[in-house]
Amino acid sequence: MQTTLEKQTTNPRPEEFIAPNVNIFETQEGYVLQAEMPGVSKEGLEITLEGTEITITGRRGADAVPGQPLFRERNTADYRRVFELDPAIDTSKVSAKINQGVLTVTLPKSERVKPRKITVD
Amino acid sequence: MNIVRWNRPQLSTWGGFGGLSTLRNEIDRLFEAPLSELARASQFLSGATPAVDVYEDKENFFVKAELPGMKKEDIDVSLHDGTLSISGERKSEEKVEDGEMYRSERFFGRFQRSVALPATVDVAQIKAQYKDGVLTVTLPKAEEAKPKQIDVQVN
Repeated sequence: MQTTLEKQTTNPRPEEFIAPNVNIFETQEGYVLQAEMPGVSKEGLEITLEGTEITITGRRGADAVPGQPLFRERNTADYRRVFELDPAIDTSKVSAKINQGVLTVTLPKSERVKPRKITVD
Repeated sequence: MNIVRWNRPQLSTWGGFGGLSTLRNEIDRLFEAPLSELARASQFLSGATPAVDVYEDKENFFVKAELPGMKKEDIDVSLHDGTLSISGERKSEEKVEDGEMYRSERFFGRFQRSVALPATVDVAQIKAQYKDGVLTVTLPKAEEAKPKQIDVQVN
């Protein structure tokens, strides 16, 4: 089975991005991808499916800076990561939600590749 | 990596450098082995000590910590002796049933982070807000810590 492999991005734009940490699971129904993007709200999120790739981009929009910085260690760059899709995924049924900075993308497999039980008459 | 400060020994008490360089290599080796192990584990440790920013304006200090995917009940914020502590436990949101893990980069488990505040704050007025996976703690400065304008009297 072809897995959802990560694709190396060759710096598509001079903009700076950091790759969010992800967990990926495969179930019988499909794949679940969770990406940690603290500081990103629903409005800052952009998910594009193109060919055999899914690109997730998260922008820290409303994360305003209050006053003068005394100490900084959080990265200010936006998030981006590209994954290659398993051909078994039904791209028309991909859904996503974000909750407290964790994006969950559900990538269901198309009906024809799901395991099925055949009842014996 | 060489973090051992090497002090040149007194030449009068030292017969030769051969033994010294062996000793030095030995010390380097002892320090390097566990430290490189630590560097390799740093990706996992980064979740255990969430990234923090500290800001100030005239009235307040602000501490922002990245804590993606938590419930607000699982976050503890406390102030003790001028040190703000943020701790809690990051739990996985949902168990994916019968799932096979392909990639596991996220951190789950207990974490703690402490920030020493540069001035006294008004403990009763501290506020904490959790939004988009970022915790923002607003700590109003105590009256004596606020900048004061002093009028210059001209006679």
